[in-house]
Amino acid sequence: MVLAERENLLAAGHRACPGCGAAIALRQILRALGRDTIVVSATGCVETFTSPYGMSAWEVPWIHSLFENSASVASGVHAALEFLREKSSVVVISGDGGTFDIGMGAMSGMFERKQNITYICYDNEAYMNTGVQGSSATPYGSSTTTTPAGKASFGKIQPKKDMPAIALAHDVDYVATASIAYPQDLMKKVAKTKEIYGPKYIQVHTPCTIGWGFDSSKTVEVGKLAVETGLVPIYEVEKGKPMVVKKVKNKKPVEEYLRFQTRFRHLLKEEQKDIANQIQAICDKNIERFGI
Amino acid sequence: MIGAVCKAAGSLQYKTGTWRDNRPEVTDKCNGCGICETFCPDSCITIENKKCIIDYDYCKGCGICANECVRKAIVMREERK
Ligand SMILES: Cc1ncc(C[n+]2csc(CCOP(=O)(O)OP(=O)(O)O)c2C)c(N)n1
Ligand code: SF4
Ligand code: SF4
Ligand SMILES: [Mg+2]
Repeated sequence: MVLAERENLLAAGHRACPGCGAAIALRQILRALGRDTIVVSATGCVETFTSPYGMSAWEVPWIHSLFENSASVASGVHAALEFLREKSSVVVISGDGGTFDIGMGAMSGMFERKQNITYICYDNEAYMNTGVQGSSATPYGSSTTTTPAGKASFGKIQPKKDMPAIALAHDVDYVATASIAYPQDLMKKVAKTKEIYGPKYIQVHTPCTIGWGFDSSKTVEVGKLAVETGLVPIYEVEKGKPMVVKKVKNKKPVEEYLRFQTRFRHLLKEEQKDIANQIQAICDKNIERFGI
Repeated sequence: MIGAVCKAAGSLQYKTGTWRDNRPEVTDKCNGCGICETFCPDSCITIENKKCIIDYDYCKGCGICANECVRKAIVMREERK
């Protein structure tokens, strides 16, 4: 698969925060997909920052669904293309709230129908567009406005939902995780979806400067640390083939990742040491389970 | 009800460069490898003649390009308006 040389299908002038990881993801995803693509997006930061009226940043056909039904709208687009006997990649690009929480039923239906659609979740691990509320993608111990850390709480008490495993349980044709910090890997995976007929799910880790609390210049650095600590495993499962996992040679202690972000910084206090240790245990378990 | 916009890249009307506090400046250490272009969230870097060119009409000054450049070829300077 040869990627178009530095083709850019997300125009400048969009209104993402400076240093937005989701905007980086969009550029890389669209480069790998190419022009012959129709994108559906649920409500969320990506939808909002790319689409003030008359000032769309998209250079491919794009449709905004509701928050909960991007997968159903994509199914409709797919059915229309089949009726017209036209070919185009149909791709959902929705946030973690729109995927893990409110849109999960619609996505499950789309997987069940076995339509040729790629569902990409950009995972910034909370509801960012409405002001950093926790989602089921928010990691354990993270402080958000609905899981605030303070005297009575250490942040989110539930672990992150394993959405790729849920996608795999639908027996879909391709499931992968990726990160904006590893663009070649991400673009290779997205490009691969064009060669596989059937439903596909890709989850892209996209750091958010506002919601996670780090300097706008550090987005890629934070993304790398998430992978290097084992907290965010990067892998792909193509139907009928063994899982391929991104190995990490020099693994870093998760404290380096936690220290970087205000959403976790409360865990560095002596009295929260237990919680930090439990997050390290999640990393260790990932490292063992996936063979990172 | 359906609202539709037919114009692609209408966002170009809106110059996000006015948001910038710090300006990335490309020094002659740059060899045009393109790492910064891959990571710029704002589609404002192009590579021409083995050098990266920054479009200051849209650059928001996030500093990712300077942070990720392996040659340290981009330096961030405070913007004076
Ligand atoms: C049915 C419904 N409920 C609530 C909202 C308000 N809302 C808009 S965007 C958003 C959060 C989106 O979160 P996510 O999908 O994670 O995307 P992000 O903003 O983080 O990129 C919410 C709650 C809505 N638009 N529709
Ligand atoms: S809040 Fe986060 S995800 Fe939303 S535009 Fe800003 S940096 Fe991007
Ligand atoms: S400072 Fe940010 S927006 Fe400006 S060119 Fe560098 S990466 Fe792009
Ligand atoms: Mg989100």
